[in-house]
Amino acid sequence: MTCRQVVELMTEYLEDALSALDRARFEEHIAGCDGCRAYLAQLRTTKRVVGKLADEPIPEPLEAELVKAFRDWRSTSQG
Amino acid sequence: MTYVRDIGVAEEVVQEAWLTCLRSLDRFEGRSSLKTWIFGITMNVARARRRKEARILPFASFWKRDDSDGKRPTVDPSRFGADGMWASGPDSWSSIPESRVLSSETLQRVKTAIEALPAKQRDVITLRDVAGLDAGEVCALLSITAENQRVRLHRARAAVRKALEEYLR
Repeated sequence: MTCRQVVELMTEYLEDALSALDRARFEEHIAGCDGCRAYLAQLRTTKRVVGKLADEPIPEPLEAELVKAFRDWRSTSQG
Repeated sequence: MTYVRDIGVAEEVVQEAWLTCLRSLDRFEGRSSLKTWIFGITMNVARARRRKEARILPFASFWKRDDSDGKRPTVDPSRFGADGMWASGPDSWSSIPESRVLSSETLQRVKTAIEALPAKQRDVITLRDVAGLDAGEVCALLSITAENQRVRLHRARAAVRKALEEYLR
């Protein structure tokens, strides 16, 4: 396997979607390749940083609107 | 909220989805998790909105090439030699302080990169990596195959990685 091929298999590797044979060849390549190991680590970091976006606060005006919508709904649904 | 571009539109979508959820709560039958159900409703509202905007701006879909399900390489071919091995390999990020990797500027870059993705990839990376749904849930929500899901996730993560590489260098 070349590095160019290996980088395109990385998500399948991370998703555990490679065949046993491809997985073995992938891991064999990675074990001996600093560049591909660094790329795989970068993809893992990317996933982690993207995950941090979930912690971003809801903009305040939106939060206020949603709370109001919920209150209105409760008062109408409870009669 | 990265299914729709404009924050004002996003707020309307969230609000409409929220109201739809509340109104149809009695119909929630517990076959999916509540989280998946709420996402499903939000996605439908966002998609309807996107279709409406696409009609208003018919050119938007032309100038933006969508290769979400394609096979084009995700790493610039010039970074490899003729033998297919790295010519200019990626740097290790392990020496970059965590405070920089997770700084608000970095997150802003990542957000911008996700917003610039074709919608199909944006949906998948947002549901998988931001919202934390698993692959099966995303396939069901978007009615796509496991392979399409993986290809879109791969292209999306590769594009965000590239943006991070440019920023963190």
